[in-house]
Amino acid sequence: MTFRLFARRPALTYDMLNQRQLTLLKFRKHKLAVAAGFLLAGLYVMAIFSPFFAPYGKYERNLDYIYCPPQKLGFNWEKGLYARGLKRAVDPVTLNSRYVDAPENDAPLGFFVKGKPYRLWGIIPSERHFFGVDPERIPDFRPGDEARYVYFLAGADKFGCDIWSRIVQGSTISLSVGLVGVFLSFLFGVVIGGISGYCGGAVDTAIQRVIEIINSFPQLPMWLALAAAVPSDWGPLETYFAITVTLSLLSWTGLARVVRGKILSLREEDYAVAARLLGASHPRILFRHLLPAFASHIIVTLTLTVPGMILGETSLSFLGLGLRPPVVSWGVMLQDCMNVKAVIDYPWLLAPVLMLVFAVLCFNFLGDGLRDAADPYASK
Amino acid sequence: MNIYNINDFNGSAANPPLLAVRDLCKYFPIRSQGLIRRRIGDVKAVDHVSFDLRRNETLGLVGESGCGKSTTVRTILRALDFTSGHAYFDPEGDGRYIDFGELTARELVPLRRAAQMIFQDPFSSLNPRMTVGGIVAEPLVIHGLARGKALEKRVDEILVKVGLRPEYKTRYPHAFSGGQRQRIGIARALVMNPKFVVADEAVSALDVSVQAQVINLLDDLKREMGLSYIFVAHDLGVVRHICDRVAVMYAGRIVELAPTEELFERPLHPYTRLLLGSAPIPDPDRRTLPPNPGEVADAGNLPAGCAFAPRCPHATAACRAERPELRPAGTDHLSACPRMGE
Repeated sequence: MTFRLFARRPALTYDMLNQRQLTLLKFRKHKLAVAAGFLLAGLYVMAIFSPFFAPYGKYERNLDYIYCPPQKLGFNWEKGLYARGLKRAVDPVTLNSRYVDAPENDAPLGFFVKGKPYRLWGIIPSERHFFGVDPERIPDFRPGDEARYVYFLAGADKFGCDIWSRIVQGSTISLSVGLVGVFLSFLFGVVIGGISGYCGGAVDTAIQRVIEIINSFPQLPMWLALAAAVPSDWGPLETYFAITVTLSLLSWTGLARVVRGKILSLREEDYAVAARLLGASHPRILFRHLLPAFASHIIVTLTLTVPGMILGETSLSFLGLGLRPPVVSWGVMLQDCMNVKAVIDYPWLLAPVLMLVFAVLCFNFLGDGLRDAADPYASK
Repeated sequence: MNIYNINDFNGSAANPPLLAVRDLCKYFPIRSQGLIRRRIGDVKAVDHVSFDLRRNETLGLVGESGCGKSTTVRTILRALDFTSGHAYFDPEGDGRYIDFGELTARELVPLRRAAQMIFQDPFSSLNPRMTVGGIVAEPLVIHGLARGKALEKRVDEILVKVGLRPEYKTRYPHAFSGGQRQRIGIARALVMNPKFVVADEAVSALDVSVQAQVINLLDDLKREMGLSYIFVAHDLGVVRHICDRVAVMYAGRIVELAPTEELFERPLHPYTRLLLGSAPIPDPDRRTLPPNPGEVADAGNLPAGCAFAPRCPHATAACRAERPELRPAGTDHLSACPRMGE
């Protein structure tokens, strides 16, 4: 009895579908959400295999190409697909350096090219990259020429690091902060909200008041205060963990309210009373009868919480209170944009923002689709 | 857990009841508005209710909406906690009674095998996320009564018994009609072979034709499995058809209790007469208006005397001063009207 997401016709009749299958049916109709789901899956695959998808290493500097703008692509029969070469020139009047076309530096591009060796997840050695400059198609290529034939899809930063490679490798942290943080707020939300709804009475009132107090704190100063409490001598891993805890400490309240409200209303449903009269234990009623009834709502709420977490990490790191260099995340990369002059002269430094908007929009569309699909028994 | 015998609650030794309810009360507090919510009164939903349920008997519990029928049976089964009173129940059939009112939640669990409930609403009483097989098997799983093949077999058996095909096991409740869902609810209640089943308005939500099928099914199952029912209803036709005895409730109290035919032929309490007179008669030429409909009593603010006195055409000053108790009024007939002889 398998059910395929994109089966032309459901193999089973409506009568025999369970809730998950009905939900999938309804979700499929939300094309934008399905597309967003696939794009997000792509993003996460990219984050997991980031050294493979990034053409360069995240610390790989090329001092010949400081602040190099994004290179244009070209195509001809002789070189195939290539990146138009640039070289730095100094303006004789202003003494500013700028980049001019340099056809001798045109770099042929290819997929699955040989590049700088790396270790995937620190274990698997490889030197293949998903795409990049293909040295095998450069005539009389000599060792050391990698620094001459380059491709900066999204430009380079003040150290000549490839911004696109850093975006790809920073996504590992930026995208996972959301998931880890959401897992923590899921724990807080379900446990505290569940207790609040199931116990009711004074316990419920107390917990709801605490939630209101937490919600009434201004979010950004609260984050800053919590993040400032992180000792500055902590390593990147500890800081990362502290940041996710900080973010989830403030974001569980929404989920707790959803859980509490649902349990309050479902607790008096006839089938919950029936289960109690059958002799079912409290955990059995909670986990077998009550929680499955709104597992979909939990998933929706969590999906809509993730973008907030990602944005939170970025804001904190941007303000210098989250992750710090040499860790690479989107927020850390945006620290370079603190300087307005840098943004005016080198607007491609803002490229992480585009990725951020893209990821957040995907999560929102996915959440919208899931929310519509969450209750398949609703008529429309 | 205390064990009681028949003498502890003044039961009939010749015909020992399966369930003896004594002075059952269920009050809901009325609280003041504001920060400190003081208890300023009680809604006396069930007030000193006493009756016996005999073995292999169907006892009807009738009355208008809000009179406390459902609260009574739900309290007996401890879906709600007792305010006071006792409900002595003989789970083994050997004359050793336990009191539902004083058991802890843990002590109640094994008793669930012997006392079960069928719900009114066949749509909300089945978990929409579980298959029919899962719903019917759940009691057996909870009490560890069967597993594996034996479990499947028992579920198939009970489904056939309530008139459903065993193939339906893999389907979900939303695929069934109201009548079929009620059969699923009945299967779930009966799968553990209980002794005592509460049918809380079990047919009220169904179509008339389906009602008849379900009532006949309940009647057949009663004979087959030796069940005793408390049958809560507001449809007097249904009650007359299925019940051996009928208790009439008004404002949280039983006002009359008699064998079915006796009650319908010779009602003694004015409220019973009003209730019987209000039942529609399927004859276009007969127009029967209730003699004195009046206002339903407010359970949160009952009059000092008989709760029915404000609506009663025969009420006297004595009726309004003191609350009348149930008194014998002929063979097996109890009534709470002090003027019933006149």
